[in-house]
Amino acid sequence: MAVERLAQVTGTAVPLRGDNIDTDRIIPARFLRSVSFEGLEAHLFADDRAQAEAIAPGSHPFSSPRYADASILLVNANFGCGSSREHAPQAIRRRGIRAIVGQSFSEIFFGNSVALGMPCVSVSPEVAERLMQAVERDPQTAITIDLGAGTVSWSAETAPAALPGGARDAFLEGTWDATGLLLDRYEDVEAVAARLPYVTNFSRD
Amino acid sequence: MPSLLQKVWDAHTVRRLPNGQTQLFIGLHLIHEVTTPQAFDMLRARGLSVQRPDRTLATVDHIVPTRDQQRRPFLDVMAEDMLAALERNCREAGIRLLDVPSGLQGIVHVIGPELGVTQPGMTIACGDSHTSTHGAFGAVAFGIGTSQVRDVLASQCLAMDPLKLRRVDVQGRLAPGVYAKDVILEIIRRLGVNGGVGFAYEYGGEAIDAMSMDERMTICNMSIEGGARVGYVNPDRTTLEYLRGRPYAPQGAAFERAEAWWLSMASDAGTRYDDRVTIDASAIRPTVTWGINPGQSVYVDEPLPEPSGVAPGDRPAVVEALEFMGFRAGDPIRGTRIDVAFVGSCTNARLSDLREAARVVRGRKVAPHVQALVVPGSQGVRAAAEREGLDRVFVEAGFDWRGAGCSMCLAMNQDRLTGRQICASSSNRNFKGRQGSPTGRTLLMSPAMVAAAAVAGEVVDVREVDRGGC
Ligand code: SF4
Repeated sequence: MAVERLAQVTGTAVPLRGDNIDTDRIIPARFLRSVSFEGLEAHLFADDRAQAEAIAPGSHPFSSPRYADASILLVNANFGCGSSREHAPQAIRRRGIRAIVGQSFSEIFFGNSVALGMPCVSVSPEVAERLMQAVERDPQTAITIDLGAGTVSWSAETAPAALPGGARDAFLEGTWDATGLLLDRYEDVEAVAARLPYVTNFSRD
Repeated sequence: MPSLLQKVWDAHTVRRLPNGQTQLFIGLHLIHEVTTPQAFDMLRARGLSVQRPDRTLATVDHIVPTRDQQRRPFLDVMAEDMLAALERNCREAGIRLLDVPSGLQGIVHVIGPELGVTQPGMTIACGDSHTSTHGAFGAVAFGIGTSQVRDVLASQCLAMDPLKLRRVDVQGRLAPGVYAKDVILEIIRRLGVNGGVGFAYEYGGEAIDAMSMDERMTICNMSIEGGARVGYVNPDRTTLEYLRGRPYAPQGAAFERAEAWWLSMASDAGTRYDDRVTIDASAIRPTVTWGINPGQSVYVDEPLPEPSGVAPGDRPAVVEALEFMGFRAGDPIRGTRIDVAFVGSCTNARLSDLREAARVVRGRKVAPHVQALVVPGSQGVRAAAEREGLDRVFVEAGFDWRGAGCSMCLAMNQDRLTGRQICASSSNRNFKGRQGSPTGRTLLMSPAMVAAAAVAGEVVDVREVDRGGC
């Protein structure tokens, strides 16, 4: 496979406020009843959007024409908590989002996003708030996430945007799809397995 | 003075990857129908095959109907597609599938332990966040996404970042009517739903030591609700006695060798933790969630929180939750009328959970306006309960007695809430829409509390029911 590196994401953003937005809200379980990920983006935040629509049309950020072209998602704390369903980042990615900026992410969601080549970078609560306000004021605000420098910039501002070292290097080196790497030295894997007594159900002394 | 986490991690480390992550060997890969079909497709697309079918075990749990389980094809076409894909994938790869006709089917986190597949000192991965359940045995067990399922299928390994370790000491003894479920809800309430991000939780202390394996599984199961991907209890005599004689556990002299290795994996005295928390078990009371995340809970005799009484940062979440639930700040949770009572899920659908629920309903009747159902965690649990006559106790009280599966925990089958129904549930998540109706409402509690609510038709204090007060 050709190595694809990812050092920077630039685009406009969609702001999605709220802490602890769980994967059941991102993609309700009934849409998991399929053997493929195709078409999941149509159901992104399905219930939240329907409930917001009933109150005020277009009021959910993902229903609003203002943010229709966004390729960066802005969130608050503990985004993607709950179920391990990769359907959640898949639906977001398939909707055209290429990176997420937020205060913090659930670990499983973070790992799933890395595996899809969609970085989730962490910023302070103040920076998250300033970004959200900037984008709410002007949805055309261009945002740049620089993974190597560990920054996010918009308008005349630049702020730290952290990504743990392993994930950062994976993007910069184009190795976020780990399968190849893990198969590289399979004899080492076999050696570890051979040392673990339970692999032979403790049949050997 | 390494911890269990460190010992297991070291024993399974293949190498350090160029990006600084650890390549970790996965001793046991559990799979089910929801998070794997796409992973098998990815493998095929790359011309890869399943490396260790012998370290992989499959079952079907999320989409199975709980009535008429044996009938194929399933009435639900999409459910049928998902199971058919799993069957084909397992057949082609040579993976053992514990399906409904096997008599061994059940929720993946119930059958692993009950068959003795789950053992101390292992690394265990599954495309399911409640894989932390298996940590009750002193395994390092965690949920993964579908791309990682692909990685494990292809290489039996994962690329992992290290975890910090927090010791959670639960000191003292639990009062009557207070269960492992109440302990873990207390831990989540105290440490927050994201308090465990980046940590593995090691649970210990007098109350945990005194717990059965079923109870320890309830605790470890909900680690993820507190943000911790991994939660474990060090293996001890209770662990060994549970495993002895289980079908997949080593037998005879091999079991003795296993015992020694298993116990050697426990954290050493003098292990240093990155953080320590102590919880007083004797102060915990029966707990009920009132909101839309598992950290939003109160003791059954407490009022709902006032937004003004919480930290400013938490206020919007409290307001949003009260509004979604249609509850008023300051009202008691006790007396909340329920529509549905669900005893089930990988948190609380093992034999001891069913026994506790049955003890409460024995000789009583479910309130006329309540739909009540028991969904055993596995066919094994179901059969064992029937041998004790628990099914009759439930049916006579007016409960439905169903086949094994996830059922109304996440409502991917026909079992689901409708409209604004309120469900007293022994499951683990009260997220908006979790039980199948976008506007449905979930109150999490122990199975005994669910049973008591089913009978009373509203949230009650199981300690009073036990005293004959209802
Ligand atoms: S019972 Fe619920 S939480 Fe457990 S595996 Fe099934 S759906 Fe997930």
